[in-house]
Amino acid sequence: MSEYLVNLKINDLSVSVPEGTTILDAAKKLNFRIPTLCHHPDLTVAGNCRVCVVEQKGSRALVASCATPVSEGMEIFTNSRKVRDARKNVIELLLSEHNADCTKCFKNGNCELQDLASEYRVGDHVFIDLVKTSARHEIDISSPAIQKDDSKCIRCQRCVRTCHEIQHVSALAVVNKGEHQAISTFLNKPMNDVVCTNCGQCINRCPTGALAERSYLDQVWDMINDETKHVIVQTAPAVRVALAEPLGFDPGNRVTHKMVSALKHIGFDSVLDTDFTADLTIMEEGTELLTRLKKALVDGDKSVKLPMTTSCSPGWVKFIEHTYPSLLDNVSTCKSPQQMFGALAKTYYAQKKGLKAQDIVSVSIMPCTAKKYEADRPEMRDSGYKDVDYVLTTRELAMMIKQAGIDFESLPDMEYDRIMGDSTGAAVIFGATGGVMEAALRTAYEIVTGSEVPFKNLDILPVRGFEGVREASVTIDGCTPEWSFLEGVELKCAIAHGLENAYQLMKAVYEGKANYHFIEIMACPGGCLGGGGQPIPTNEEIRSKRAQAIYAEDSGLPLRKSHDNPEVQQLYKEFLGAPLGHKSHTLLHTHYKGRKRY
Amino acid sequence: MTVKELVNELVEKHGTTHNSLMPVLQGVVQQERYLSEEAMLTIAEALDISAAEVYGTASFYTFLDTVPRGKNVIRVCKTISCHMQGKDEIIQALEDALKIKVGETTDNKRFTLLTANCLGWCHKGPVMLVNDEVYPELTPQKAVEIIQEYERNTK
Ligand code: SF4
Ligand code: SF4
Ligand code: SF4
Ligand code: FES
Repeated sequence: MSEYLVNLKINDLSVSVPEGTTILDAAKKLNFRIPTLCHHPDLTVAGNCRVCVVEQKGSRALVASCATPVSEGMEIFTNSRKVRDARKNVIELLLSEHNADCTKCFKNGNCELQDLASEYRVGDHVFIDLVKTSARHEIDISSPAIQKDDSKCIRCQRCVRTCHEIQHVSALAVVNKGEHQAISTFLNKPMNDVVCTNCGQCINRCPTGALAERSYLDQVWDMINDETKHVIVQTAPAVRVALAEPLGFDPGNRVTHKMVSALKHIGFDSVLDTDFTADLTIMEEGTELLTRLKKALVDGDKSVKLPMTTSCSPGWVKFIEHTYPSLLDNVSTCKSPQQMFGALAKTYYAQKKGLKAQDIVSVSIMPCTAKKYEADRPEMRDSGYKDVDYVLTTRELAMMIKQAGIDFESLPDMEYDRIMGDSTGAAVIFGATGGVMEAALRTAYEIVTGSEVPFKNLDILPVRGFEGVREASVTIDGCTPEWSFLEGVELKCAIAHGLENAYQLMKAVYEGKANYHFIEIMACPGGCLGGGGQPIPTNEEIRSKRAQAIYAEDSGLPLRKSHDNPEVQQLYKEFLGAPLGHKSHTLLHTHYKGRKRY
Repeated sequence: MTVKELVNELVEKHGTTHNSLMPVLQGVVQQERYLSEEAMLTIAEALDISAAEVYGTASFYTFLDTVPRGKNVIRVCKTISCHMQGKDEIIQALEDALKIKVGETTDNKRFTLLTANCLGWCHKGPVMLVNDEVYPELTPQKAVEIIQEYERNTK
């Protein structure tokens, strides 16, 4: 943004802002709130909803504040009678086409349209009623992760821009025109039959209930109330730094142990941690990387593919299955921590606890909607059962806590249960972009050299941050004899978050223009902490607060390297044998499926 | 020529930028009368855009059909001037002659009957468009004769 300052008045108060600032942002600086619907800070300006109109002195027409840059001497009124009347009209027009069955809507209580309707006290039937009722309307529930209800859509196109600009997928587009205009897929096919990755980023930005996660709350409550079932729950790293938001706390609060408490109160038989299998993932994935390097560098095995990419983000996995099926051998065969956990829950855990696998119900709490899809993949039944039975988002857990009548703030801190509840700081940073890379480097470097990564306090700062694509390299120094072939090798790494960035990075790999060894990709902006299942709103500021919380959680833990996790060590000793061993291979690794982009 | 070949030829001619989408879509419709699923997928791949975007653009324009059409597409103007000058009788006559309703295609795939919004010939209504040809100042009888002429000339 330009250095040049522009002076203007908003509601008679003077303000100076850099040239190019919108009226909306200038007003924000003075703490004047202007309502918006199509505008989202992560996206380009659309200017199609007109709810953000303001009055400009000397101009007859109202201007859209989200799409109008400030100019010198401008005088703006954000809340004059004329402005309020116009906004009310806009809202009434939107509602004249809206299936406003709020009481039955998943977004009830957290809906931008509902909030505006309540603030402006809209009248009844001011305009012709064009509401599409559910009778004339089918809700698309073809995907196990996402539901799409066009009767709730206000055509703000936030989802279309999200899917295009942030995710490089464009599964959704504006189709038809006039009163038939809709947000739809190629030839109006069901969501599950198109290139959608189930990432849920569109859900996170939808101001209404038109896009929402498929909810499995009722099923989970049923299982909890079923005496014959042993219901266990795992919680992903990024949930603990965001769950507090929908429960009334400021972003950036860490509530790990209150969350454990709440889950016990709700009635789960055992409250366990996905962080445990995040540590396990590092053992498997780190070993896989080192094995690939050995085969490629020492044995000259041409069939081994480098760079190896991470595989813990199911949105990313589906994206590459569609976009670059020829690169699938570059993707680590490791299942995601959620699925490793699921496979172990109905084998190792069952064995240790003396339970029958069929009596265990495994639930996971994820910052992610793609995990719902992942749990449903046919490959994810290696225990002989569905490895993860139900996946709930962070938002759904917040609802569950409210339904249980829990006063979250007054809950005591509690510890995770054992077994499969122990974890390290390396696991918690899986929730942030760059975290898997950092965790893998902490362990792989030590396997190879016997000493810690050469970064102060184990903090590998070059891989952190929100830059879309980041590069880092570590020179390996002081290898043990077994790994002497890596002596002096500069391990080249790259990190991308958000699928548009992932696409740019993988395009370079595809075209042979990149010479990395290891690539970390997370489908969502900021990594899982900005996942499609995280509390709404999510924006840059909130993402960075959650990231700070994640790194604070890491540095506060006594163990910060995955290979130090005592329960992981025990698991290998008692059950798995060694990383990449036979049992690991059947339970913890998977394969991928090439899909069509067109 | 297959649809793929047609698309490739059009892309060669118009380029692969986003701006080429319209002329390529129009080119396919000119040859094929409509955009098949295969045609849209081929275009998406050739221009490196998503299939949903191609469909979104196609569905915005009335003249870019995405369902199969007959060899000849008849569009009768349904806007108010033509309405007042008797478009209903024209449509009735065509429906009787072709034995189809508006929106349908004849069994021999020679004709599709549609209506269109204002064609800009209000002063000479009622008017219809057959493919790219405009026929103003119609009477029911004239309309049917025109169609019979097409019938004779369509192999
Ligand atoms: S989308 Fe919002 S306004 Fe519409 S029914 Fe749901 S809660 Fe109500
Ligand atoms: S689905 Fe949601 S985000 Fe997309 S256009 Fe409709 S209301 Fe907006
Ligand atoms: S879930 Fe992700 S890929 Fe699917 S439509 Fe939404 S933004 Fe696009
Ligand atoms: S928020 Fe400004 S036009 Fe929609």
